Order: sequence, then structure tokens, then C-alpha cells
Amino acid sequence: MTKLAQWLCGLALLGSAWAALALAPPGLQPPGPLRQALLPLPVYLLVAFGCYSLATVGYRLATFNDCEEAAAELQEHIRAARADLRRRGLRL
Amino acid sequence: SGIDFEIIIIDDGSPDGTQEVAQQLEKIYGSDKILFLFPSGTAYIHGMKFATGDFIVIMDADLSHHVRLHVIYPVFLIKPIVYRKQKEGNFDIVSGTRYKGNGGVYGWDLKRKLISRGANFLTQVLLRPGASDLTGSFRLYRKEVLQKLMEKCVSKGYVFQMEMIVRARQLGFTVGEVPISFVDRVYGESKLGGNEIVSFLKGLLTLFATT
Repeated sequence: MTKLAQWLCGLALLGSAWAALALAPPGLQPPGPLRQALLPLPVYLLVAFGCYSLATVGYRLATFNDCEEAAAELQEHIRAARADLRRRGLRL
Repeated sequence: SGIDFEIIIIDDGSPDGTQEVAQQLEKIYGSDKILFLFPSGTAYIHGMKFATGDFIVIMDADLSHHVRLHVIYPVFLIKPIVYRKQKEGNFDIVSGTRYKGNGGVYGWDLKRKLISRGANFLTQVLLRPGASDLTGSFRLYRKEVLQKLMEKCVSKGYVFQMEMIVRARQLGFTVGEVPISFVDRVYGESKLGGNEIVSFLKGLLTLFATT
């Protein structure tokens, strides 16, 4: 199953469960407070996911390592490489 | 370092002088150690036909990857961090990651980092790939694994890298990770324009819908 298919199935499942409970005809409705919480649930979840995304990306951005010493080491190796290769006949 | 290696340099047409240098290196070290090939279609597939080892490492040749595996200068000690990782867990693939451990980047401004992390987050949510860095292009593959994946993968560029890992997981191959430092291109121009972002998104959505 493709990822898209998985998502569609998941959404269909949750969506129908939500619709069954939240939009049920008067006879089959769950008790008052539960129903009140249920109705806006999709929007709440969306907003919660949005916040989670922002927080996660923000955190990862802040902790993105800067490799100072790797860069310095690389420059050093390049220098050594050029010197050695020039000795062996490489012309840049 | 005791590890047998050969280096195959493939010029995929980038106009940055790789060609002349590679040809000279081939003369200096002999063509059993360094082989220079012209592009024909997909660079990787072409190069694979000439590789004789059991493991294949694919990386950018403009010194942007620095995992202490130095490419253009074979006399450098190949400190086989990647190779050791493979032995450690007998992985089918070892992928370099900029996002974990002491991996990272150098020379990226905030905007570039943000785009990178944002794109990676989106990728993780949509594809749940089981690897932290899909667009870094430093990886070690078992030769048979690489051949199998080449047959199955259809995309190009960034997306090709991503597709490889996604397909690998689907086929049940194991993927290990090592941190790598990505020093922004020492030579040559770094590319991340609007076009790249759009094509990345298109590729991501394609993978989402087809894998």
C-alpha cells in the first residue's frame, strides 16, 4: 500500500468514526459534554499538529550543528592534497 | 588503512573543471585505482558497471562531504567510519546524516538551514522513511543492494536519493546511520533556488503517492 493510500485509509477510518459519533441523529447521540468536545476535534487536532510542527522544526533549526572544525580540517587536507598532487604532476 | 579501494569519478556534466582534474588523477594513480568516465544517461548506473568491489560509496565529488573519507586525494587515510558502521551492524546501507549525532553543516545561513529542516520534517511525516537524512548524498551500499535498488528506482536528482532509501526499507534492507559534516561547496556553486524547492516538493509528493 502506498503512503498516500495509508493516509486515505486512516483518514477515512477516523473520519467516519468521528462523523458517526458527532453527527449522529438525535436518538443515538453521545452525552452532551462529549458531543461538544467531539465536534471541533478535527480542527483542534489540525491546530495541535501545526503547533507541533512549528515547535519541532524550530527546535531542530536551533540545534542544527555548525561544523567549524570539520571545515578547518577539510581546508587543511585540501592544502596538503594540492601540495602532494602538485609534486606528482597535477596541474590545476 | 588496510582497506582495498578504487575510485570512480563520473562527471555528470557540471561545468566546474572536474573533468580535467579527474583525467590527470587517472594518469597519476593508474586506472586500476582511479577511473574517469563520461556521463551517459544516469551517472550512477554507468559507474556501477565498472565497480569491482563489494561495497560502493556514493558521494559528491566537490569536497562537500567530509566524513573523513577523502575522495579526490586517495593517499589520505581513509578513516573508515562508514565502513566500520557497516561491519558493526552488518547493514545493507549506511547513510550519512547531517541531522543526528555530531553531524551538521558549515557555511549555511539560517534560511538554508530552515528550508533543510522544514523539508526534512515534511519528508519524515509523509514518508516515515526510518532514516533521518534522505537528501544527504553520502551513502555506502552493498553492491548487490545497490544493483537491486537501481532497477527499481525511477526518479532523478534529490528525489532519486530519497527513493533509494524508501525502496530499500520496503525491500527489507537494513539502514544504519553515521553523522557527517556537510561543508558547503568549497569549489563550485551551491544550488538551492526556487526551482530546486519546487522540484523537491513535486518529487516528494510523487514518492508519497507511488511508494
